[in-house]
Amino acid sequence: MIRLFKVKEKQKEIKENVKEKGLVKKQSAGELRLHRDISELNLPKASEISFPNGKNDLMNFEVTIEPDEGYYTGGRFVFSFHVPIMYPHEAPKVKCETKIYHPNIDLEGNVCLNILREDWKPVLNINTVIYGLSHLFTQPNYEDPLNHEAADVLRDDPRLFVSNVRKAIDGRQWVGTDYFPGCN
Amino acid sequence: MAAEPTAQESRSRDLDKLLLRPGNLVGPNFEPGPALRDDLKEYGRVLVVGAGGLGCELLKDLALSGFRKLEVIDMDRIEVSNLNRQFLFRLEDVGKPKAEVAAKRVMERVSGVNIVPHFCRIEDKELEFYSKFSIIALGLDSIEARSYINSVACSFLEYDSDDSALEETSKPMVDGGTEGFQGHARVIVPGVTPCFECTIWLFPPQVKFPLCTLAETPRTAAHCIEYAHLIKWDEVHSGKAFDPDDPEHMKWVYNEATKRAELFGIPGVTYSLTQGVVKNIIPAIASTNAIISAACVLETLKIASGCSKTLSNYLTYNGAEGLHTEVTEFVKDKDCLVCGPGVLIQLDTSITLEKFIDLLKEHPKLLLSKASITHRGKSLYMQAPPVLEEMTRSNLSIPLFDLIGKIPKDVVHAIGTTTKNDKKTSCLRKLRVVFKGVDGIADMDTAGET
Repeated sequence: MIRLFKVKEKQKEIKENVKEKGLVKKQSAGELRLHRDISELNLPKASEISFPNGKNDLMNFEVTIEPDEGYYTGGRFVFSFHVPIMYPHEAPKVKCETKIYHPNIDLEGNVCLNILREDWKPVLNINTVIYGLSHLFTQPNYEDPLNHEAADVLRDDPRLFVSNVRKAIDGRQWVGTDYFPGCN
Repeated sequence: MAAEPTAQESRSRDLDKLLLRPGNLVGPNFEPGPALRDDLKEYGRVLVVGAGGLGCELLKDLALSGFRKLEVIDMDRIEVSNLNRQFLFRLEDVGKPKAEVAAKRVMERVSGVNIVPHFCRIEDKELEFYSKFSIIALGLDSIEARSYINSVACSFLEYDSDDSALEETSKPMVDGGTEGFQGHARVIVPGVTPCFECTIWLFPPQVKFPLCTLAETPRTAAHCIEYAHLIKWDEVHSGKAFDPDDPEHMKWVYNEATKRAELFGIPGVTYSLTQGVVKNIIPAIASTNAIISAACVLETLKIASGCSKTLSNYLTYNGAEGLHTEVTEFVKDKDCLVCGPGVLIQLDTSITLEKFIDLLKEHPKLLLSKASITHRGKSLYMQAPPVLEEMTRSNLSIPLFDLIGKIPKDVVHAIGTTTKNDKKTSCLRKLRVVFKGVDGIADMDTAGET
């Protein structure tokens, strides 16, 4: 191919000033796949998506879930999604931005959902993750706790759990040693 | 064509055997002779991406294989732990940029070679920078970086109206990778061989531990380290991002992991394991780097000179027990969104986005309905969700030509549904749009941002 390189080098000297393709960033395969996921979203009821950075940054977005059944009815929970460049080979990074009293979500917003970590597969998509999150509200699980205290209460005293969840949603009060600002 | 007598004494004696003599197993258009050797010096411009374990080897091997115009790009500085295998670096170099020291050391040892170092991220360079090289050699340790360089190199590839790749626009890459005693060397010629993205499924998924295991029932040293890294860090440093390249941060994680391991009676947390788990590091072995680099540089020489047919197209090496090598010929994904031709569409500059979306419904190769359109990461029109539809609706009445910045030809992507065997399926297609009657000079008007 050296002859080709030679020819190209010569050509370049001649048309030094001709502007080649733009210097704009190329679209990554991960971004394309995400665009597809987003355009095909079929959100569960009581959830909505928003794009705080506008229509040209779909890699970072927020999903708000307002459960209409179960312990968390009446609450409004915001999750931030950050989609890595290597999506879908890497799972989206999801955090709960609303302080919540939940056995599977800790007070820092870390979410214990299997498909976000150990069980993530490239065939899954954003829709599956959102369904997984809404499932956490209908079926909190005390067997895989991130918030140990909440898990113990759910297991040992479901009535106290209901009242604690209520307090945390209504807010401006303490549940155990933690203060909740409220989210209804 | 006999070698000149002086060449016998020259330092390129062994190289001359490849470049000056004809052969039966040579590549197409191979023209042996001293002119070829000279052209290699003059026109063989190679970019080495990464100046780490592989990068040091690649630079040295390229310089000794007759290449004279080299450049190297790396964003890292030299650390003490690099010195066992990154042989161009000395103790007094610790803290200096790898690219700069590597370039300097090779130039000191190999006369006549010129190496331009670039101490920056690969994303910091513009497309024009990458376009000037004849071949790009990759000595990287991450999938992300490979994927990025691949998309850059493939972006130069052009196709003719019959969807045949134009050879003169193809930017060949040679990719090396090592992990302990194992390694690979592959040749990527966009448009001819599969590109990196065509075979991205080759990479095994990363092992990730469930968060609740980390929080509740750690069983291994790695669990304790990931707990400190993923959960404890956020608890203590609210809002401050963890930086794996900051030794202070790493030390903190190590200390926390040690405390946790003691609490659960788990042995084995060390500082180097902490680095390994957090940064996903597998100990590198100098000889593996040397072998893989040699294979890569030989391929680089073959591509450039045609002195032999190139590897076709993926060599795996395993030196863990005895020695095992194998070459696999992977095939291109014809619909690859990165290196594939996409569907060619000729348009008038007056066509609005709405009309364009309508056209896709009738295009015989597409039959794509309800299409959403993106261009270089920007959403031109999104059919859903409603919030994005609303934000992009105003683009529908604007000519596509204006929306993509009045470029005579470019690639856009369409996501929509087609009907196959009476079943609706979703698909994502690459479209090469070419505007009729526009010359290469860009209009001075700027496209309206909406």
